[in-house]
Amino acid sequence: MGIVSSQYARISRRLSRLLNIGLPYLWLGLFFLLPVLIVLQISLAEPTLAQPPYTALWEWVDDGLLQIQINLGNFILIGADSIYLAAFLNSLWVAFICTLICLLLGYPMAYAIATAPERWRALLLMLIILPFWTSFLIRVYAWMGILNANGLLNNFLLWIGLINEPLQILHTQTAVYIGVVYSYLPFMILPLYANLTRLDLTLLEAAADLGCRPIRAFVKITLPLSMAGIIAGSMLVFIPVVGEFVIPDLLGGPGSLMVGKLLWTEFFSNQDWPLASALAILLLALLVVPFVLMQRLQQNIDGSRL
Amino acid sequence: MPKLLSGLRFLLPTLALCTVAAQATEQVHLYNWSDYFGEDTLPGFQERTGIRPVLDVYDANEVLEAKLFAGRSGYDLIFPTARPFAARHIKAGLYQPLDKSQLPGLDKLDPDIMASFASIDPGNAYLVPYMWGTSGLGLNLAKVKAVLGEDAALDTWSLIFDPATAAKLASCGISVLDDPTEVFSAALAYLGKDPNSLAQDDLDAAAALIKAVHPYIRYFHSSQYASDLATGDICLAHGYSGDVLQVRERAKEADRGVMLGYRIPREGAAMWTDVMAIPKDAPNPAGAHAFIAHVLDPSVIAAVSDYVFYANPNLAATPLIDAQLRDDPAIYPSPAVKARLFVPNERTDREIRNLNRMWTRIKANR
Repeated sequence: MGIVSSQYARISRRLSRLLNIGLPYLWLGLFFLLPVLIVLQISLAEPTLAQPPYTALWEWVDDGLLQIQINLGNFILIGADSIYLAAFLNSLWVAFICTLICLLLGYPMAYAIATAPERWRALLLMLIILPFWTSFLIRVYAWMGILNANGLLNNFLLWIGLINEPLQILHTQTAVYIGVVYSYLPFMILPLYANLTRLDLTLLEAAADLGCRPIRAFVKITLPLSMAGIIAGSMLVFIPVVGEFVIPDLLGGPGSLMVGKLLWTEFFSNQDWPLASALAILLLALLVVPFVLMQRLQQNIDGSRL
Repeated sequence: MPKLLSGLRFLLPTLALCTVAAQATEQVHLYNWSDYFGEDTLPGFQERTGIRPVLDVYDANEVLEAKLFAGRSGYDLIFPTARPFAARHIKAGLYQPLDKSQLPGLDKLDPDIMASFASIDPGNAYLVPYMWGTSGLGLNLAKVKAVLGEDAALDTWSLIFDPATAAKLASCGISVLDDPTEVFSAALAYLGKDPNSLAQDDLDAAAALIKAVHPYIRYFHSSQYASDLATGDICLAHGYSGDVLQVRERAKEADRGVMLGYRIPREGAAMWTDVMAIPKDAPNPAGAHAFIAHVLDPSVIAAVSDYVFYANPNLAATPLIDAQLRDDPAIYPSPAVKARLFVPNERTDREIRNLNRMWTRIKANR
């Protein structure tokens, strides 16, 4: 009896372990891998005037004869036309600048919240999260109202006499930066805050006791210890901004060439789903590389701390 | 091609008229441009037929098209622009032929417009025209005259395409449609060439022209301009007639001294027609036919025109339209002006893609 029940317990333990490990993989496979494979498949097809508007990748011709047709033309076109490379580079540049600004703004804010008295913290965090309760699009539209020539900002500046003519901010790259930084700042602050609240303040006290100036203590102690938060926040901002479409479309001017907009044009204006899919695959590949590098860096940091 | 005036174009993808009510009543699912029915069009239909209309709205043909190509859109009746969109959908086999026995009002439609569909829809088997209009210039009259002088000619593409003029107007704001077909044909008309030309020389000349005035254009957008004209953020817009005329009326009602105008350029302008069509996989084609029949009622379509400021192709409706609209040359142009309008021609997918990619390059100024 005892042997049977212990065997039974072992099997059920294995089963639960399998479930524990298997479920996340199943989830990833179903909601990440499968869609990517579908997009990859479309990126290797040819556009055609039909429903759906691309050719099938494989076809059963006769009994047992499988015909596979792979079209690499989409990737070749993207490589051959400099506009796509320019759009990728510009998107990366915009994402980089926005991440940097978010970090410079977000770090002091996260630090201030993390070091604020306990009873204030919940309220301050609430203030960061509260805007999420309003639709993202409404908030971007609100910026249109703030930034336009007759908008709040210009009227205020005119009223206090700082400017005589309304500033043209809406439909410029500046407006894109403002919109992106505003929208993504919480994604920078929250991981930084989570990291900084775990900061051992006695280390800073020890440094001060030993005659270390606050700035030096910050650079030597706080900054390295919060590196994991900086990396997490930066990735949460950088990755979605590279593919951002809505903010440049609504706030940007004619010059803002971003890969999200190109993808939209190929998909909607050109009905060229294969080329749009090829762009999406390349964008994914482009983002996976820095992601893996960062992940490794973060693991090293975590590892070295232990 | 009306666009949502409020600019909240992404926010109201499903402006369903109904609440969560009984599913038992028959429904017909309509997918139309935003602000493109009269106030009583849908309630009147339900009263007449007992079928409940459910409306979703879009603000770009491309969005409608993407849903159609993906299949099973669930819509019974859609309102695409005839060329190149509906033409392409017919070729791709996305529509079902009309049952004309259920559409007794068809004979009242303008034979000229019906004949103009011969090349895309032989025998008018699939499409029923809904509204037509032009793409021209929307102006804030006071601001433009303040810049160019009281007597300056305003019915000309040179306001946008002459670099010296555009440079002057840049300070009060110029917008251009984000649509290569529209902009290229306007530029070609200004250059005195065939607006439908696809010859590389002509396209290059048009591209050079647009690039020369690129620094003076505040943005390329196909719906934003209407509200911006009204608020004074821009003073000159390349836009659709009805969109400009709707805000002209609203500005008049607001009575804050903003006088807007719409001009059809003397060099020629694009004329387009939006049509009704039934998707092949429509769940309720009979309901769709009933709705088309409702719209073919002259008093119904006249009320729509009164509301949206577009001309309709129903000859029996013309006498019923508000005289102010009927006599407005911006809506019902004189025969002389009408002769200068041109219709976009058919293009292959390859040609369209080339044009769109050229357009991306021009917009990015590369």
